[in-house]
Amino acid sequence: MNPLLTLKSVTMEFGGLRAIGDLDFHVAPQEMVGLIGPNGAGKTTVFNIITGVYKPTRGDIHFQGHSLQGKKPNRITALGIARTFQNIRLFSSLSVFDNVRTAMSGRLRYGIVHSFTRGAAFQAEEARIRDEVFALLDIFGLRDDADRQASGLPYGDQRRLEIVRALATGPSLLLLDEPAAGMNPTEKVRLMELIHFVHEKFRIAVLLVEHDMRVVMGVCQRIVVLDYGQKIAEGTPDTIQRDPKVIEAYLGGEVTHA
Amino acid sequence: MKPNIAHIALAAGLVASFALNAIAPQLDDYAVNILVLAGINIILAVSLNLVNGHTGQFSLGHAGFMAAGAYTSSIITLSLSPVLSTAPAWQGHVAFFGALLVGGVFAALCGFLVGVPSLRLRGDYLAIVTLGFGEIIRVVIQNTEALGGARGLEGIPPYTNLLWTFGIATVAIYVVASLVNSTYGRGFIAVRDDEIAAEAMGINTTKYKVTAFVVGAFFAGLAGGLYAHFISYIAPEGFNFLKSVDVVVMVILGGMGSTPGVAAAAVLLTLMNELLRDFEQYRMIVFALLLIVLMIIRPQGLLGNFQRRKRKPAQP
Amino acid sequence: MDWANLTQQLINGLSLGAIYALIALGYTMVYGVLRFINFAHGDVFMIGAFAGLYVHRWLKPLFHWMPDFLSALIVLLLSMLICAVIGIVIEKLAYKPLRQRSRLTVLITAIGVSLLLSYGTQLVCGAAPKGFPQLIKNETLDLPGVVSMTTEQVVVLVVTVLLLISLRFIVQKTRMGLAMRALSNNPTAASLMGVNTDAVISFTFGLGSALAAAAGIFFAMLYQAIDPFMGILPGIKAFVAAVLGGIGNIAGAALGGVLIGLLETLVVGYSKNIGIPPGFRDAVAFVILILILMFKPAGLLGKSEREKV
Repeated sequence: MNPLLTLKSVTMEFGGLRAIGDLDFHVAPQEMVGLIGPNGAGKTTVFNIITGVYKPTRGDIHFQGHSLQGKKPNRITALGIARTFQNIRLFSSLSVFDNVRTAMSGRLRYGIVHSFTRGAAFQAEEARIRDEVFALLDIFGLRDDADRQASGLPYGDQRRLEIVRALATGPSLLLLDEPAAGMNPTEKVRLMELIHFVHEKFRIAVLLVEHDMRVVMGVCQRIVVLDYGQKIAEGTPDTIQRDPKVIEAYLGGEVTHA
Repeated sequence: MKPNIAHIALAAGLVASFALNAIAPQLDDYAVNILVLAGINIILAVSLNLVNGHTGQFSLGHAGFMAAGAYTSSIITLSLSPVLSTAPAWQGHVAFFGALLVGGVFAALCGFLVGVPSLRLRGDYLAIVTLGFGEIIRVVIQNTEALGGARGLEGIPPYTNLLWTFGIATVAIYVVASLVNSTYGRGFIAVRDDEIAAEAMGINTTKYKVTAFVVGAFFAGLAGGLYAHFISYIAPEGFNFLKSVDVVVMVILGGMGSTPGVAAAAVLLTLMNELLRDFEQYRMIVFALLLIVLMIIRPQGLLGNFQRRKRKPAQP
Repeated sequence: MDWANLTQQLINGLSLGAIYALIALGYTMVYGVLRFINFAHGDVFMIGAFAGLYVHRWLKPLFHWMPDFLSALIVLLLSMLICAVIGIVIEKLAYKPLRQRSRLTVLITAIGVSLLLSYGTQLVCGAAPKGFPQLIKNETLDLPGVVSMTTEQVVVLVVTVLLLISLRFIVQKTRMGLAMRALSNNPTAASLMGVNTDAVISFTFGLGSALAAAAGIFFAMLYQAIDPFMGILPGIKAFVAAVLGGIGNIAGAALGGVLIGLLETLVVGYSKNIGIPPGFRDAVAFVILILILMFKPAGLLGKSEREKV
């Protein structure tokens, strides 16, 4: 099977400082991949490069046969890559409903002029989007909160809403940036179930950056380990856990237990 | 096509403008004067609110766009006036409408030019750049003899009436409100709330920001044209930075992002300007104190629901 | 090429540039510690000029038996002190309650403070421009060539250089200066290291406002008239100077101020040769601002910042 996402010798330098060096890895369709590494290893930077927030200094990224080089973040999202953020970035003044429907606006057939004329086609599309948003909110148990302001939701629900919002863009690859951050053990178990559920239900690939090893091991089929911007290991959860280089990287740095 | 609430509101607004214009002869000049100024301020405030409030791109250059529209339309009607002075009144008004539109389009073009640098700038920097653009427009007019230089233009035919003013104000409110109240339009607010997240959700932030500037500048240009053809005299000093601040005050008092709020604030401030005419020197001091106190205790404005947002930490 | 004319223009440009530089320093230092544009800074500059006028008026009886330079120095220092206090009070009352709020909220407040200062001055002192007293006897010094310089220009340049040297000393060699630099490099670390953030911010506002007051007095000396709205344009131009030099960078602010003063003067002096009407002088700074922000937003000497995602 052709990989969904391929990174080929991607390098990122900030003012001479090398954050990512010659990174190669891929994600296959519907695969669950974990991206782990000690603090400051460059995991979020990789996300920012894939989603077009940063332009890599060197290297190629391909997604479903398209080169992502020079593409703006909104174009990359339109191709089918969606993400969440480490520090929640919801549209805080919009309602839960509006947060989700805004993420669908990239796929609209009508535009600015139809917003003025408000004809039958516009009404029909708005009605269709409304149904789609409610269907998504139903699936994730957020329907009762549809009219609440996003910033008023409890923390766990905000994390969940970020995932729903990302799914609303219609992705085939979902990037999750530390979704378990700030969660208690019970919430983490529910998060793992949620990720499995999303994977099954929407038949999409997931690339997960996470500190919590229990979550990573419980979710991912394959794991890529970064240290100082370099890939030091790659493999199944079992092989990674026994890899001496990985153990050293974590012992040398900061050890995170569940 | 099924009529919907937005269409009905638009029609009602236009009918009300006709009605208001019809009873104008019964009102005294002072009342008409206040009404026209209030209408023009509504257009200015609602259009600036699209940029500053909904899209969160803080512009301090609205007076510049107003000047662009005022001068363009005035030059057109002034150059046509030898022909129009003998023609029937309705032809004059048709020409006036055309001149207004050309002025609006020219202002929109200026808005496009300002919108482009705004793509790379945020918050306070953008505010200063728009201020700079507004001042450049003013300096150019001031130094162009054909536009009357610092003396200004006089003898502009007084075509502006209540119908034009409130008709255009209705359209401005309709356009801004319907633009924002759709799936497409929620993108404006998304850009304001979090630009990076908006991009990551597939929103073309560039397009939204430029659209806001262009639409905002278009209506500011119309407002400028209405103003010029109401007062019959314009000078570059009337479109300086303090005029922009006037409109910003309306938007902030009304609540950034709340169309009814800023429209109400525009009317309120027009009335206050008239009532406080004898206390002119205190007026701006009151506004200044209001701005400061409001930002400290109620940043969402008197009527709006603008979010208090925490500043995001910058990465060293 | 008329070298005498060019030299003359450069001298005039330098004295204007010195004024912009002094104002720009306040913008840049405040931006350094608080990361916001103190829009009211131009009005502090205006207050400085008015303070100079009134201090001179009140102390006139004392000045009769004093040499010019001493009375001028007293006017300068007292005005700087008055503005330093005003700057600190503004920060405590208007900006301090807004720490951690969005930059836009602070900017709007700063616009409010700016309006309050200019319209407040108008209410107290009247709207009409006021003549500024001659603080030092003004003579024209003929330099080699056909170039001349007024004593006022000499004083402005010399005192500005002295002020810049003292500022450098304060920032580089004193504890307070060290704390300022720490705060602008890394606010969190600075407060963890025991830097008294509030004191440093107050000090920065006081220092910046004092420099703006000096600029206000120099401006009034050179142009001899002051009014409540005189601060708006020089204030914004000085902000442009700070951005041009790289906001947050002290040497950059001084450099940017001098460059803008020079460019503006040259545009006026050579308007015929380059085909730009002299009236466009006020647009020069804005064109520079737009160009620098589009092509080198970090400024000439600044470092770029990246938003954390």
